This record gives sequence, C-alpha cells and structure tokens, in this order.
Amino acid sequence: MKAFAYERPATVQDAARLAAERPSARFIAGGTNLLDLMKLQIETPATLIDVNRLPLAEVTETEEGGLRIGALVRNSDLAAHPRVRTDYAVLGKALLAGASGQLRNKATTAGNLLQRTRCYYFYDTTKPCNKREPGSGCAAIGGFNRIMAVLGASDSCIATNPSDMNVAMRVLDATVETVDPQGARRSIPIAAFHRLPGDTPQIETDLKPGELITAVTLPKPVEGVHLYRKVRDRASYAFATVSVAAIIAKGEGGKPRLAKLAFGGLAHKPWRVQAAEAALVETGSADAAADRVLDGARGQGSNDFKIPLTRRTLRATVAEALRA
Amino acid sequence: MGSCAALATLGASLRGRAEAAPAAVDPQPQTMPVSLEINGTRHDLTLDTRTTLLDALREHLDLNGSKKGCDHGQCGACTVLVNGRRINSCLSLAVMHEGDSVTTIEGLADGDSLHPLQAAFLHHDGYQCGYCTPGQICSAAGMLSEVEAGWPSHVTDDLTRKASLTDEEIRERMSGNICRCSAYPNIVAAIRDASTKI
Ligand SMILES: Cc1cc2nc3c(=O)[nH]c(=O)nc-3n(C[C@H](O)[C@H](O)[C@H](O)COP(=O)(O)OP(=O)(O)OC[C@H]3O[C@@H](n4cnc5c(N)ncnc54)[C@H](O)[C@@H]3O)c2cc1C
Ligand code: SF4
Ligand code: FES
Ligand code: FES
Repeated sequence: MKAFAYERPATVQDAARLAAERPSARFIAGGTNLLDLMKLQIETPATLIDVNRLPLAEVTETEEGGLRIGALVRNSDLAAHPRVRTDYAVLGKALLAGASGQLRNKATTAGNLLQRTRCYYFYDTTKPCNKREPGSGCAAIGGFNRIMAVLGASDSCIATNPSDMNVAMRVLDATVETVDPQGARRSIPIAAFHRLPGDTPQIETDLKPGELITAVTLPKPVEGVHLYRKVRDRASYAFATVSVAAIIAKGEGGKPRLAKLAFGGLAHKPWRVQAAEAALVETGSADAAADRVLDGARGQGSNDFKIPLTRRTLRATVAEALRA
Repeated sequence: MGSCAALATLGASLRGRAEAAPAAVDPQPQTMPVSLEINGTRHDLTLDTRTTLLDALREHLDLNGSKKGCDHGQCGACTVLVNGRRINSCLSLAVMHEGDSVTTIEGLADGDSLHPLQAAFLHHDGYQCGYCTPGQICSAAGMLSEVEAGWPSHVTDDLTRKASLTDEEIRERMSGNICRCSAYPNIVAAIRDASTKI
C-alpha cells in the first residue's frame, strides 16, 4: 500500500472541501472495496478522508412516505430495517445476497453504490486496462471474459458493475443525494448515476470530483411481490453471474398488472428496459420481456451463456412472482 | 507525536487554501496515535496510517490468534468483533477504529473457562489444522447475536419474521468463513450445539 495522509473531518462540508483541496483524495467508508484495491495499488490515494464519524448513518421516513437512507448506513443494518423488510423487500434480499455477514457489517450504502468492477484484468496490474490506466487497452476483450458484459459494452471496456444492491436501487427508482465542495446539494436519479463505459471507462458515475454522497432516497413503496434472484457459481459468498430484481403485482387472468425489472451482471450499470416491463404486463410472457431486455446483447466468447441464462432467470422469476 | 502535529498543521494550511489543487506528490509514510480497547484493556499505540486492524493486533500487540488467510476479505480468518459486531480486520485500518472496543479470540474465554463456542468446537472437532478456527469462532459469536437481534439472511423465507437457527441458516450466515480443511459439518454441529448454551 502506498503511504497516504489520513483525515477525519467532523462535518459533511469539511469532508467535501478536503476532497477538493487534496490531490487524489478518496473518501473511505467501510473500506471493504477501497482497501482491497489500495493493497494492490490499483487505487493510490494520497489522502484518505474517513467519513465514518459524519452524521450520515440514519434511516428516516420522507414526507412522501418513502425512506431516506444515510450514506453510512451499513448494508446489514439496512437489510434488517423494519421498513425495508416489509416495504422494500427487493432491496433487503439483494443486500443479503451480497458478500458475507462480516463484510455487510462494514459495507455502507454509498460505498456499495460506488464499488468498482471485479474484472480480473482490472485487478491485475501487469495487464492493460483502460479503466485502471486510460489508453492502455483492454485485456478482457479476447481474454477470459466469463464475467463480463453482454449489454452496453464498448470497444474500450466490457466490465460489469458487480453490486447486488445497485440492481435493487434501480428497480426501486432510488435517488442519490450529494453535496459538493462548495456546499451545493443535488439529487441524481439512479438511472443517470452509473454510466456506460464508452471511451472513458475510468469515469463510472455522474459524481464530480469531491462530491460526497449524503443519502439515497426511495420513493414510496411499490406494492407487489418483491424478488431478487441471483445466479452465481456458489450457493453463497460469490458475485452474481446474472441477477434479476423484480417487483411484480398479479392482475387478471394470470397476467401481471405491474412489472418492474432490473438486471445485474449484464452491463457496466444495472440494466433496465421499460419496454420489457410493458411487454410483460401486456402479454404476460417472460420471453416477450426477455426479448426486449436482450435486444442488442452480444457475448464476448466465454460469456455467451449469459444471454440464454438471463432469459431463463427471468422466466423463473416471473413464474415465482405469479405463483406467490 | 511530532508527525501527527505536522499532519494537523498541513491539514489546516491546506484547508485555508483556495480551490487550486496542488500538484500530486507521493506522501511520506505517516504515523498517528490510536487508542483501542482490546479484550477489555486500553492500548495506546502509534501506528503507520496504513496498518490494518489485523496487523495492529498481530504485529504490534502480539495477539496472533486472529489469522491472515487472504488479506482481502475473502476468507474470514481475520474475523474479530468490533463494538460487538463481526468484521474482517484485514479490510479495516486501525486508525479508523480510534476508541473502538475490539474482542479477539484471545478475549472470548472467561478466565480459565472456555466460551461455549470454544468448548463446542473442541467437543465436535470443528477443525483439522485449526487455521480458520479463531475466525470461525469470532464470526459465530457475532452471527449468534445477529440472529438474536432478529436479522434475516439470504435463506430466510419470511423477512418479516425472526429466523430460527436451522443448519441451512448457519451455513448461509457463516459463508464468509472458509475452511480449507473442509471441517464444515463439524463446524455447523459445534455452532448448533453452542447456540443453545449462550
Ligand atoms: C470477498 C468479497 C465479496 C463480495 N461480494 C459481494 C457480492 O456478492 N455482492 C456485492 O454487491 N458486493 C460484494 N462485495 C463488495 C462489497 O459490497 C463492497 O466492498 C462494499 O459494498 C463497499 O462499501 P464500503 O462502504 O466498504 O466502501 P469503501 O471501500 O469504503 O468505498 C468504496 C468507494 O466508495 C467511495 N465512497 C464511500 N463513501 C462515499 C461517500 N459518502 N461519498 C462519495 N464516495 C464515497 C470511496 O471513496 C470508494 O471509492 C464483496 C466484497 C468482498 C471483499
Ligand atoms: S473490461 Fe474494462 S475493467 Fe476489464 S480490462 Fe477491459 S477496460 Fe479494464
Ligand atoms: S484475512 Fe481477512 S478475510 Fe482473509
Ligand atoms: S481447520 Fe484447517 S482451514 Fe479450517
């Protein structure tokens, strides 16, 4: 690990200001992603700004009947929160499907949103990687790419966003709240928060330098069956190969009257296609929805299997929702 | 603590400065005072900011019960309890734990009488080489409090109810602890047994 200065600011504003003032500063929350990457010198911040003492660890109700989740709320606390268990089960299930008990006790809402890809070549500093070292190339294209993207990839990068939580946040239409070094606050809809790689895969989100996440808000709950189905190489403690977050409400004649679907493991951001949801409601057919989701999907060789796997995972999810 | 005072001055001067980002220079190693309560005793240390909680325990306090298996959050051998919660001590910096209370495998027993989990691991032969065992036991201790607090898991059918501790629940909740010797059946038996005695 490279040496760094360590700061423990007491206020949100000091934290954002420090981040703007210091060259290559990083916030550290749970540290479960950042320290992993710092040990490998993939991340080499000159200053670490410890945000753990900031007053951002509360879950509160919003006036609209939704939830405001502080940036520092731990993944385990969020999954155990009574409102999440009753009204936002898809989020609880996604969180519980991720990492391990120990990691969830440290991992925070903001840190999880910003966790970086698990692409093998991003982790291997001896290999070219446009995300780690812009302009160096992409070793995953034509390499081992079993875990890579089949949608929204570019000639520069085919990595995926590894988070389970983000997929649920996408299906719930969450909003990311931030404050910048000048003290300006803004709200970013989750759909616009994560970016596709394009030719700048090193830029992963809409955040500006020094911008601090303060909370993630959820609109009022959506009624229906909440499911998170994660397909992975082990029964537990493994990243998703493909995952589906779904909220489906049963209607007349065995068809859903409402469907919201988001997918993990497929792209550089959680994948959501409104036309697929409309197709599911209109036809009741998971295959019709899968056709829309997978429109333009392209495998890289070793990850071709993700395309039929997504279809089968969606079928199983829809069947489970309509059975429930 | 000279270097820490220097750090604070540096912080203050940079905070006073306007937006212009200074050119990047590789910072020199920095040390800081850290005060931790470990197994009931307060320790005042001066540590390089890069020191993980695991290295602080093993290299600076001679508490080498907590093991370093992977150093990347993947195996659970370094699991300790911080303020009662289980975490991977390899993925946390000691300086982030100023004032925290840490319990390691060395602090679980009550004098000469073993913690029920330690006794159950002995009774059920919950190990072979023993390398993962301190992490397994600390993790199980944290896990049982999580069950007690009513936290659900990935295999809990009804998220709104308190889960009962089935073998399936034990396996899922303990999946962050890898055992290279694959002593899993006996680990599950030991935890099941101890859960009735805590
Ligand atoms: C072995 C292992 C297995 C895992 N398995 C899974 C899995 O199956 N599914 C899954 O979803 N995840 C998994 N994870 C990843 C885990 O969920 C993330 O490491 C965790 O969510 C990151 O949160 P953190 O608080 O520790 O982030 P940190 O490591 O502290 O930070 C991550 C990033 O977020 C930035 N940041 C943190 N807080 C803020 C803020 N308030 N504002 C702006 N920026 C901020 C940091 O600067 C950093 O860039 C796994 C991790 C490990 C080590
Ligand atoms: S897929 Fe993206 S992260 Fe992986 S090597 Fe290519 S550029 Fe790097
Ligand atoms: S040493 Fe910490 S998880 Fe392996
Ligand atoms: S007993 Fe050997 S690793 Fe678990």
